[in-house]
Amino acid sequence: MKHLFFGGIHPKYNKEMSTGVTDFHSITPKQVVIPLQQHIGAPCQSLVQVGDRVLRGQKIGDGQGLCVPVHASVSGTVVAIEPRPHTSGRDVMAIVIDNDGKDEAIPHNPETRPLEELDADTILHTIREAGLVGMGGAAFPGNVKALSAMGNVDTLIANACECEPYITADDSLLRTEPEHVLEGMLILKQVLKPNRIVLAVEDNKVQAIEKIKKCLNLFPQIELAVLPTRYPQGAEKQLIQALTGREVPGGKLPVEVNCAVFNVSTFAAIYRAVRLGIPLTQRIVTISGEAIAVPQNFIVRIGTPFHDLIAAAGGLNDRTERVISGGPMMGFAQSDLSVPVIKATNSILCLLKDKNGAAENPVCLRCGKCVGVCPMRLQPLYMYRFTNAQRLDELERLNLLDCIECGSCAFTCPGKLPLVEVFRKGKKLLREAKAK
Amino acid sequence: MKLTVASSPHIRGNFRTNRIMLDVVIALLPALCVGVWMLGIRALLVTLVSIATAVAAEWLYSILTKTRNTIVDGSAIVTGLLLSMTLPVTVPYWQVAVGSVFAIIIVKALCGGLGQNIFNPALAARAFLMLIWPLGLTKYPALEVDAVSSATPLHHMAMTSLPEEDLLDMFLGNCPGSIGEISALALLLGGVYLVFRKVISPRIPLAYLGSVAVLTLIFSKTGAPILWMAYSLLSGGLMLGAIFMATDYATSPATAMGQIVYGIGCGVLTVLLRYFGLYPEGVTYAILLMNALVWVIDRYTAPRRFGAKKGVEKA
Repeated sequence: MKHLFFGGIHPKYNKEMSTGVTDFHSITPKQVVIPLQQHIGAPCQSLVQVGDRVLRGQKIGDGQGLCVPVHASVSGTVVAIEPRPHTSGRDVMAIVIDNDGKDEAIPHNPETRPLEELDADTILHTIREAGLVGMGGAAFPGNVKALSAMGNVDTLIANACECEPYITADDSLLRTEPEHVLEGMLILKQVLKPNRIVLAVEDNKVQAIEKIKKCLNLFPQIELAVLPTRYPQGAEKQLIQALTGREVPGGKLPVEVNCAVFNVSTFAAIYRAVRLGIPLTQRIVTISGEAIAVPQNFIVRIGTPFHDLIAAAGGLNDRTERVISGGPMMGFAQSDLSVPVIKATNSILCLLKDKNGAAENPVCLRCGKCVGVCPMRLQPLYMYRFTNAQRLDELERLNLLDCIECGSCAFTCPGKLPLVEVFRKGKKLLREAKAK
Repeated sequence: MKLTVASSPHIRGNFRTNRIMLDVVIALLPALCVGVWMLGIRALLVTLVSIATAVAAEWLYSILTKTRNTIVDGSAIVTGLLLSMTLPVTVPYWQVAVGSVFAIIIVKALCGGLGQNIFNPALAARAFLMLIWPLGLTKYPALEVDAVSSATPLHHMAMTSLPEEDLLDMFLGNCPGSIGEISALALLLGGVYLVFRKVISPRIPLAYLGSVAVLTLIFSKTGAPILWMAYSLLSGGLMLGAIFMATDYATSPATAMGQIVYGIGCGVLTVLLRYFGLYPEGVTYAILLMNALVWVIDRYTAPRRFGAKKGVEKA
C-alpha cells in the first residue's frame, strides 16, 4: 500500500555536487577534539588524563544513565581536557589528542557466533560499548533507543532518505558498503524481532538503489522501499507515515505506533561494532555547497576539526556567508571552524549568500502557503503571530510543540518570515510556562 | 572571513511577495484589455487614475506616519487595478481617486498594512463609493453609440426574466458592465494563470462558483434553470469576485477546509443578496461579509492534529 506524508517541499537538491568525486578521501588530522558529549543525555566523564597515551578505539570517556562512551579516533597523547567549541554553539568539555601518526589501534574483538546465538542483551551491550548513537542528526544513544522499543516493534526502518539538499553521506555509504547496512539491519532485527524490516530510500539515489538491489537476494527478509523524493521525507514521523500510514501522536516516540527508525549510517556502525569489533570512531561526512572548492565525501575520524576538512576540500570561497553543520534546512550555522566533527555530523555545508534570504522587514501576507506545506499539519502563520504576541494559550491550542522545525514553511514563505526562529522562541516560552 | 550565524533554514524558495503581485497584474491584463477594447480608452484612463492614486496614497501614508515605504511590494498597484476593474467606465475620475485613497489608507494601512486588513480594500472601496455616490456607480453605457446608458444583464435578473444579451456575448465580453467584469473568458484565463503559477489554489473560486451554480439551478427564477444558472454565473462581478477578490490572501482563510467553507459562504450570500437584496448585485457584499468571518473560519477548520484519533493503523 502506498502512503504519502503531508505537505513538504521540493527544494533544489544539489546532490550531484558532492557525488562527482568517486573515491573517498580519508584525512588524518594532526589533532582531534573529542567532546565528552556527542549525544542526547548525560555527558561522559573522562577516563584519561593529560599526558596519557591513547590508542585508536580506546574508550576515553563514559558515564551513567542516558549516556554512551566516546573513543579515541587516533593514537597519540592527550594534551588537554577542557571546554572546546562544539557544533551545538556552546562550549563542551572535550579531550584533545595530539595524533602521533602511528594509528595504533586497540585489539578488535569481533563477534563471530551466528546471529541466532546472540541474545538481545549481548548485542545491546556491544552497541553501547561501541559508542553508538543515532547518526542521522539527533544522536540519541542507540542502545537505549533499541531497548525502549524492545517487544513493541513490528516495523524496523532503516532511514536512507537523506532528504536534505546537498548531503550525500548516506548515499555514498549505500553505494560503497550496502551490505554493511543490511547486515546491521539483521543484527537489530535479532534484538527487536519486527515482522517487517524496510530500507527506505528516496528515488533520487539511483546508483545506491541499484547497488542495494544487487545485494538484496542475500537478504530476503529485507524490503526496499523507494519513495518519491520530497522534503522532509527523512523526518522520523513523516517516514513512518509514508511507509505505514501511521501517525506518531504529538509528544510521543515512534514506538507508540510500533515502529523503530534508525539511520543507515547507524546500521553500518552497528555492523562494524558487532561483526568487526570496531567502535564508532569514524563516519562519512559530506562537504559541499557553492562556497567550497571541491565538494565531496570524506571518511572522517570523529574529532577532526572542520577547518581541516575544509582545507582538504580545497578551501573556502572569499564570499562564503555561512558554514553549516548538517543540512541547509535544519543544520546549525557555525561561527568557529575549529569545532570538531562529532558522531552525528553528516555534513559540512559552505554557502554563499542566499539571494532569497530572510527579509529585512518580513511581512505575512496570510497567503497560507505555510499551512499547505507543513508536514505536521500545523498553521505556521498563526503560530508566528501568537508567538510574537506571547499568547501561550493560543500556542497551546495550535500545538506549537508538535513543530519539527523542518523549515518547509520558512522555505516557502513569500514574505520571508523568520518562522523557525520564532517557533523555537515560542516553544521555549511554552516549556518554561509548563515547568512552572 | 565573517561567518553569519542565523537560524535554519539556510536556503529559501524564490516565491516572493512582489512576484505574486506581478502575477496578479498579469492575470488581470486579459480582462483589462477586453474592457478597454469594448468600452474605449476611458477604461484605461480610469484604471491608470486608480492605480496612480493608490500608489500615491501608499507613498504619502509612509511619509506622514514615518513608516517604511511599502510601494515596492506591489500591493498598492494590485489594489488600484482591482478597484478600477469593479467600476463602470463612466465613473468620474475624482470618485475613482477617492475610492483608491479610501482603499489604501482606511481599509489597508490603518488596519496595520499588508496582510493585516480585515476587508478586501478594493471591494470595501467600491462599497464605500456605492454608498455615497450610488448614481455614479450604477450607470453603465450601452455598447451602441447612440445610447446614453443601459441596464446591465444583472439588472434584468433582479426582475425575474432572462437578460436580452446573448450568453456567448456575456462570456466573451460583448455586453455592458464594469471595466473588468465584462468578459468571463478573460477572467477565467487569468484564474487559470494564477492557479498554474501557484499564486492561488482553485478551492475558493470553485467552491464559490460551484455553490452559485447549484443554488441558481435549484432555485431558478425562470422556467429554464440551466440557462438561468449560466446567466447567473456570467453576470455581475461574479467571475471577477470569485477569482480575484475572494482569493485575496489577507482576507481569505489559510486552511484548505476553511477556503472551501469560505467559498461556499460567498456563493450562498451572493445568491441570497441577488435574490432578496436592494441592489441587483451581491458579490461585493457577500465577499465583504465573509471577510469578517475569516479568522473564525480558520479557527474552526484547523487541520486534524498529526497523530490524533487515527493513531495506530488497524491490522
